[in-house]
Formats: sequence, structure tokens, C-alpha cells
Amino acid sequence: MRRVVITGLGMVTPLGSDVETVWASILASESGAGPITRFDPEGYACRIACEVIRGDGTGRTFDAGKRVDHKVQRQVDPFITYGIDAAGQALEDAGLTDMTEAERFRVGCTIGSGIGGLPGIEEESVVLHTKGPRRVSPHFVHGRLINLISGQVSIKYGLMGPNHAVVTACSTGAHAIGDAARMIALDDADVMLAGGAEGAICPLGIAGFSQARALSTNFNDEPKRASRPYDKDRDGFVMGEGAGVVVLEEYEHAKARGAKIYGEIIGYGLTGDAYHVTAPHPEGSGAFRSMEMALRKAGLAPSDIDYINAHGTSTPMGDELELGAVRRLFGSAIETLSMSSTKSAIGHLLGGAGAVESIFCLLAMRDQVAPPTLNLDNPSDGCAGVDLVPHVAKPRSIKAVLNNSFGFGGTNATLVFRALP
Amino acid sequence: MSDVADRVKKIVVEHLGVDADKVTEEASFIDDLGADSLDTVELVMAFEEEFGVEIPDDAAEKILTVKDAIGFIETNAAA
Repeated sequence: MRRVVITGLGMVTPLGSDVETVWASILASESGAGPITRFDPEGYACRIACEVIRGDGTGRTFDAGKRVDHKVQRQVDPFITYGIDAAGQALEDAGLTDMTEAERFRVGCTIGSGIGGLPGIEEESVVLHTKGPRRVSPHFVHGRLINLISGQVSIKYGLMGPNHAVVTACSTGAHAIGDAARMIALDDADVMLAGGAEGAICPLGIAGFSQARALSTNFNDEPKRASRPYDKDRDGFVMGEGAGVVVLEEYEHAKARGAKIYGEIIGYGLTGDAYHVTAPHPEGSGAFRSMEMALRKAGLAPSDIDYINAHGTSTPMGDELELGAVRRLFGSAIETLSMSSTKSAIGHLLGGAGAVESIFCLLAMRDQVAPPTLNLDNPSDGCAGVDLVPHVAKPRSIKAVLNNSFGFGGTNATLVFRALP
Repeated sequence: MSDVADRVKKIVVEHLGVDADKVTEEASFIDDLGADSLDTVELVMAFEEEFGVEIPDDAAEKILTVKDAIGFIETNAAA
């Protein structure tokens, strides 16, 4: 099989809209949470979120106009704008913005989303009901469809290889990277842009997840304390938004052009819980088998993993079930690894989470530092003996990393990356 | 009269993201201003909203330039 490495990174998050700004904020233990400003959340059980802040691109702000045409921005939902920008960043980082037509035939996109254009569906539904069918935008459909990040990116950059999109709720980003890596391994493409995006902070999104009892509601007055994976007082996730996209590249292709290589993807596990639409399997069996499969594919022993970026959403049930599955699979090796949830800082990016968190894994290897789990003041009983990197980043040796993502429907994905010597 | 023209041009600039000085009365939405067929549908909707007129599909098909739009609106819009 052809080997696959990562040669470009891009992200739009509540902590910033370029990789180095976001990573510096993560390592400085900053939180992107705040009161919801996108709409008036009065009367909602959850009134906080991790929002992407629009602006001129300085500091934490996102300048949508930098890589997305004004006309496109008007036509598409925010998740697509975030995705196009993150994909552009990744291509620029990889030095692949100037390719010949022959090269571009071998470059594809697999950028998905968990939910897609919910804000636009919500708004246009109101238009339909108040003004009638002739007032519905002609751009309504293709401005909301999940595969339209891949579509828009391919048009903007002329990428004519596989054009695909994953939709697996909160494991979308991880599945996209795993699937795209296989497309390269199986010789469908030499380069793939892979990742996920979300932009569902809208009245319907917040109301829907609240009604599913998934969001934190006890910290509306202290938003930065709300996302607290593994802490005894956790009470649900904090909705985030944004996008993460990586450039995956066939190893010899990357080497031949002297590309900067962040790491190699060596393991991919994917399983189903076959249990419940929102609740994880009570023994974490899907998560266990997903990690087991990824390690087996990677040819690594549990003791080879130095850092796990956990799914760790800060829900009462999910965090401990994941930790239990890690404990059973890793045995005594759990004592020497570090495991953290960066959702404590940027919230849960849903379909974007697995991609953004994979990037954090790669940067953890590059900089030899494990990012922290914020707000871990009183770890749950099940956390004993595990280094969950509370509060502050931890410098340590990191040669191989594992990233978990689990989604509604009982879908699980695990990626394993290693640093190249 | 010029009020209608100014409002039409403003809508075109906003929807197509083009420079205001390119939006001359002779400019064709598709050939000169980079619109595609769906953009023209959206422009017609925006004109209907702004001026309170109904632009039937057969009339909309004949609105190809900024001048066409201004002319239709001046002829058909309520004062």
C-alpha cells in the first residue's frame, strides 16, 4: 500500500482562523467560549457557545473575504465558508496552490459536515412560510448541501480528483481523513484535501441539541468554565463552529517535491455501536473496537502511543465510557500516556472536530507538548491514574498519537499518526 | 427616475460583488458582471422585493442588462 503523510494544515476556530494562532492559544490555556451573540438566546436552556468571531483576520477574528468571494459568501451557509477558507490555508501551507492541470487531475477533496446548512434551512423556511415559494433563493439548495465544501473548493482551486464528502455526525472529520487516506493508498489520487466543518450555532441548532439534553446548561453565567471534560461538574458540551482541513499526500510524492511533512497516518479504525441513536454503548465497545482496529492497522502496541486527543465532549456519560474503553485496551500503558480534550478550549466543532483535533495531534508531535484539558478541577472517580493534562499544557516526548471521534448514530472513528524520523 | 437606477445598481453591486463603476446601464449581467443564470433569478427576486413589482418569468428572461431592469421597473412599478 502507498504511504500517506500530512503536508498541509488549515483551520477556522473560535480561537482564531490560522493554525499557529489557534495552537498558541490552546497551549496558553485560553477558552473560546462566551455568550451566544449570533442570535438572542433569551429563553434558551443553553445561552453559551464557542463562536467564530468575524473580523479583519487579526487576533482571534476570521476574515471571510480573504479566501471566499463576496458572491459565494452570500450564497452559502457559514460552514461552507469556514471549509473553503480552511482548505485554502491547507493548500497554501502545503505549497500546492500552483499546480499544473495534469497534477490537479490527481488532487481531490473529501470535506464533510455533521449537519450542513442548518442556519440557512431555518431562515429560508421562514421566507417560504411568510413570503411564499417565489421568494426562496435560487442558491438555497447548493448553499446548504454538505458536499458543497468539496464542490466549492474543487472549483476554486481546479481540483479534478475524487470529490466526496463524509457525513457521520461528530466523527465526520476523522472519517474524512481516514477515508481520504485510503483513496491515496488505493491510488485514486496523489493528494487529498480532507476534513470537516460545522456552522450550526443558530436558534434551531441550539434548541435541538438542548432538547436532546446534549448541551451544558449550568454555566450560562460562566461560559469559559462550561466545557469541562472529565470533571465531576460537567453537564454537557458547548457548541463550537469552524473547520479543519488537512492536505494528505502520497509519501513519495511529498518527498519528491521536498514538502514539509507533519506526520504519517498509519492507523484508521471505524466501527458502529449498534446500540442507541445518541447514547454511547454502556461498555464503550464501539470505541474500544475502533481504537483496537486503528492500533492493529498501525502495527503499534498500546505502549507506543504517547498522546490521545480524546473525543471527550464534557457530557456526563460519554467521557467516562471513552476513558473506560481506553483503560481496558491500553492496560498498564495508560499510565505512561497523556490524554486530553481540546474541546475544553474550543467547544465541540461537531463535523469539524475530528479534523481540527487531528491537527492538534500533529502539532503536539511537532512541538513535543500535550495540549491541556481546561476546567478539570475535580476529576471524576474513573479518572484515577490517567494523565488528563489538567489546566496547563505539558511538554513531553510524543512520537505517536491517537485521535478519537464518536458520533450520533453510534459511529466511531480513530486515527493514529506518527512522526517521521 | 435616477432614483430607480441608483437602487437597481445598488442591488447589483451587493448581489454580484462587483465594483459600482462597472455597473453601467449598458452592462449585461452575465457577459459583463459575471452573473450566472441563477444569479439573474436572484437579482429579479431582489428587484421584485425592492420595488414591489411582480416580474413574470417571460419578462424576467428579457431583462439582460441594467438598463432592461430599470426600464421594466419604471414602466411597471407603482409610484
